[in-house]
Amino acid sequence: MNFRTLIGASALALTTALAAGGAQAQGVSVSISCGALGQELDICREGAEAWAEQTGNSVTVVSTPNSSTERLALYQQLLAAGAADIDVFQIDVIWPGILGEHFIDLAEHMDGQQDEHFPAIVENNTIDGRLVAMPWFTDAGLLYYRSDLLEKHGFEAPTTWQEMTDTARAVMEAERAEGNDQLWGYVFQGRAYEGLTCNALEWIDAHNGGSVVNPEGEVTVNNPQAIEALALAGTWIGDISPEGVLNYAEEEARGVFQSGNAVFMRNWPYVWALANAPDSPISGNVGVVALPKGGEEGKNTGTLGGWQLAVSRYSANPEVAADLVRYLTSYEEQKRRAIVGAYNPTIAGLYEDPEVLEAVPFFGDLYDTFVNAVARPSRPTGESYNRVSAEFWEASHNVLTGAATAEQALADLESSLNRMSRRGW
Amino acid sequence: MAMSAKSSELTRARVRSAWLFLSPMLVVLALVAGWPLVRTIYFSFTDATLSNLSDYDFIGFANFIEYYEGEWYGVIVDPDWWRAVYNTIWFTVVSVGLELILGMIVALTLNAAFPGRGMLRAAILIPWAIPTIVSAQMWGWMLHDQFGVLNAILMGIGIISQPVAWTASPDTALWAVVMVDVWKTTPFMALLILAALQMLPSDCYEAARVDGINPIKVFFKVTLPLIRPALMVAIIFRALDALRIFDLIYVLTSNSRDTASMSVYARQQLVDFQQVGYGSAASTLLFLIIALLIIVTLMVGRVRLGEDPR
Amino acid sequence: MRTPWYAKAGFWLLIVAIVIFAIFPFYYAIVSSLRSGQALFSSSVWPDSVSIANYVSVFTGQPFGRNILNSVVVAVSVVAISLFLGVTAAYALGRVTFRGRGLLLLTILSVSMFPQVAVLSGMFELVRAFGIYNSLWSLILSNMILTLPFTVWVLTTFMRELPKELEEAAFVDGASPWVVVSRIFLPLMWPAMVTTGLLAFIVAWNEFLFALTFTLSTEQRTVPVAIALLTGATQFELPWGNIMAASVTVTVPVVVLVLIFQRRIVSGLTAGAVKG
Repeated sequence: MNFRTLIGASALALTTALAAGGAQAQGVSVSISCGALGQELDICREGAEAWAEQTGNSVTVVSTPNSSTERLALYQQLLAAGAADIDVFQIDVIWPGILGEHFIDLAEHMDGQQDEHFPAIVENNTIDGRLVAMPWFTDAGLLYYRSDLLEKHGFEAPTTWQEMTDTARAVMEAERAEGNDQLWGYVFQGRAYEGLTCNALEWIDAHNGGSVVNPEGEVTVNNPQAIEALALAGTWIGDISPEGVLNYAEEEARGVFQSGNAVFMRNWPYVWALANAPDSPISGNVGVVALPKGGEEGKNTGTLGGWQLAVSRYSANPEVAADLVRYLTSYEEQKRRAIVGAYNPTIAGLYEDPEVLEAVPFFGDLYDTFVNAVARPSRPTGESYNRVSAEFWEASHNVLTGAATAEQALADLESSLNRMSRRGW
Repeated sequence: MAMSAKSSELTRARVRSAWLFLSPMLVVLALVAGWPLVRTIYFSFTDATLSNLSDYDFIGFANFIEYYEGEWYGVIVDPDWWRAVYNTIWFTVVSVGLELILGMIVALTLNAAFPGRGMLRAAILIPWAIPTIVSAQMWGWMLHDQFGVLNAILMGIGIISQPVAWTASPDTALWAVVMVDVWKTTPFMALLILAALQMLPSDCYEAARVDGINPIKVFFKVTLPLIRPALMVAIIFRALDALRIFDLIYVLTSNSRDTASMSVYARQQLVDFQQVGYGSAASTLLFLIIALLIIVTLMVGRVRLGEDPR
Repeated sequence: MRTPWYAKAGFWLLIVAIVIFAIFPFYYAIVSSLRSGQALFSSSVWPDSVSIANYVSVFTGQPFGRNILNSVVVAVSVVAISLFLGVTAAYALGRVTFRGRGLLLLTILSVSMFPQVAVLSGMFELVRAFGIYNSLWSLILSNMILTLPFTVWVLTTFMRELPKELEEAAFVDGASPWVVVSRIFLPLMWPAMVTTGLLAFIVAWNEFLFALTFTLSTEQRTVPVAIALLTGATQFELPWGNIMAASVTVTVPVVVLVLIFQRRIVSGLTAGAVKG
């Protein structure tokens, strides 16, 4: 095979592809990236196809990598090349600032529908006055606990982090004395990645220590409350948390908790269904509450997660694509998704909808957590967010491994963030 | 000599045909590699970002080193970069060294005639055949401190009494990466060495065997010098891969700066931080460091590139 | 010659150790692929449940057969092109003396000195410029950058080792260089060709980053990407059983390939006889 046939064949392939594209005359074709494969993609496809049937357009669902780092990298390649291959992008809550420039302003296409959604998320998705993405579903960190173990040893679900620490240790020691020597007190996401940023932000915000960078773009992380929060977390490793937690992401933590080897776990809402599945050893013995407060004056908080839908400005049919977004983020579709897949709606009214509450009971109790979730500083730091987050998780990881004290780590973090921001975020 | 005119004509014809033989490969390589490589070096002198690739300024060497308002900036003054360089070189020396020794043992074993050799050859290739993204995750699971099979086995045998968090602490994490890399790429080394052993002329062995020389002596005096060129190529390409290691470290370790490699650093800048200019500068520097190390290796290994056929 | 019993025992012990080291993780993958749900968090070495549900769901959840076919097409094309270009170039670089040969070899090698992620963006532009985005051609083209330097270097090294008298006799008989390469060197190069081809095959078979970036539709994806795209019900859940089932499935073709080609790997034993 020589190179000329290669070029020739590819030219042929291209013409065929173009011809195929032109053949679809009635309605337009829109492609949407949502989820990787499996159930998430199926639920998305059902919604998108319902829209296609209603409007007479057609829709292609593109699967993208499961890991959000890989997905962001792929999106950046496509968008930087101005590719029109994907019209609607499913983006993480921290990406509007990073990718915003490539998306159209959705405000005028939504018929005011955006006002029904949680204001905090809408604000998060508004970059320089442009609504670059619509909220689709939300997520927030939660505290899972073993209701059977707490009851057995006479404890209530903790309300402060200190109480959580003490309870975890007491239960762990009592259980170990009875021979359950695999048991640990608390597991969370301690690997140096975005998940640790979420965890550490929750500790700090619970202590009223701010969110690393304030909305005005000033570095606020070096404060006594933040130091107190991180210092407490630093005491967990080797005490109530295994050393391995320093390399845990979501699934590693769930593995330990779901095998019955941890009293408490911080994780996202997805764990609920899995931990209560029939084959789970702890099925029926799992409780979930809002994450504890940092002391009496602190607050319950959880890091805001979740996904948004945005329309590429390189799309051939931005209006049609925006209409798909409007449909997918609407009350009815979010309700369907909440019932079928337990995706947390971003519309307040759905948390009082009886059908939704019947399908996912804990939505009602945790409404406050979802609506008050703390946003990572992705808006003020814009394109630099990933660098800020990397510095922050690195500092937190150093405190957890004991490589630095909380005072030291946060002072260093402050100076490196200031150094970074001197030329603007 | 009367022959010389004719033979130089023949030489010229051979050189002409040599370029003819070379050209398809060179054209393809230039086509595929030319633009991406030139582009990387070009962008390393700009402040391009991934969000807007068409709008950038030339900033000279500022990505490499720059003095700005009383502080130094740039890859060259970034301690994280140098830690990544150190990690990478340490990893390369240790893993390639181990792979060389193990690969040699495996190749010598496979070179002996025994029943079931074919199955064994297929078996040792399995680690190399599993996609890295999968084997890295698989090992991550097996090395898990609480439900990993490795700790279960070691505790079962009684070698350790407490579960070890292999990938969590920086001390053991890089060793864990070395182990997985050795597991994965020893087959590559073994297969190349085996090919070299198979192409050896068998008469030297016959002579040595008849003379009753100690097999170990035969190995060091006869075999090793004969397979040295192939060995050097195997070492160089393993080293090139090891110096650019990315996936294993990315998936297996906790990803903190203590364990980052040069490629992890470059990737973070290029993709995660969207700083195409700065990341390209790191990539260019990575290229220069690798080039330097490879040239040193070639010199130490006495590889003569212009060597004539034997 | 008699071999003492302890040497024999040691030899077999060595073989057993090598096999265990090489295939235990693969064995464990098979065991994991037969588990489901909670059993994935089990650290037992023995299969405690046997269910082929994971295999079924891998093939029904996505066009996995098509993905395997894509991988085969890409890897075979890459190997064929690399070997053809590699062997011709290796003849020139290994058998003919001309100025600048060393520099040329170094330049070819330098292509392998850039991290793949740095090459990615430029390659992406190239792929779009050729209009081969989202087709297998993009992968065949981009994989060349990974396999060509390696193939050329290895084949050149082996080519150089072949005895000189071989071609001289042929040239005296008036044979063209092409005849010399295809009739005289090629048969002797089989061990090197098969080995290089096998290693290049696996590189192309396992390549992930290019395959992820240059293809978009599920029908064009190769195996590593398809595996990376497997997910559970939600973003965080890792469908471990499915991933293991898919990995076991895609490793089998490579093992079969080795078994088919291994007679070629050893046929080089005759190489020495020619000289003598």
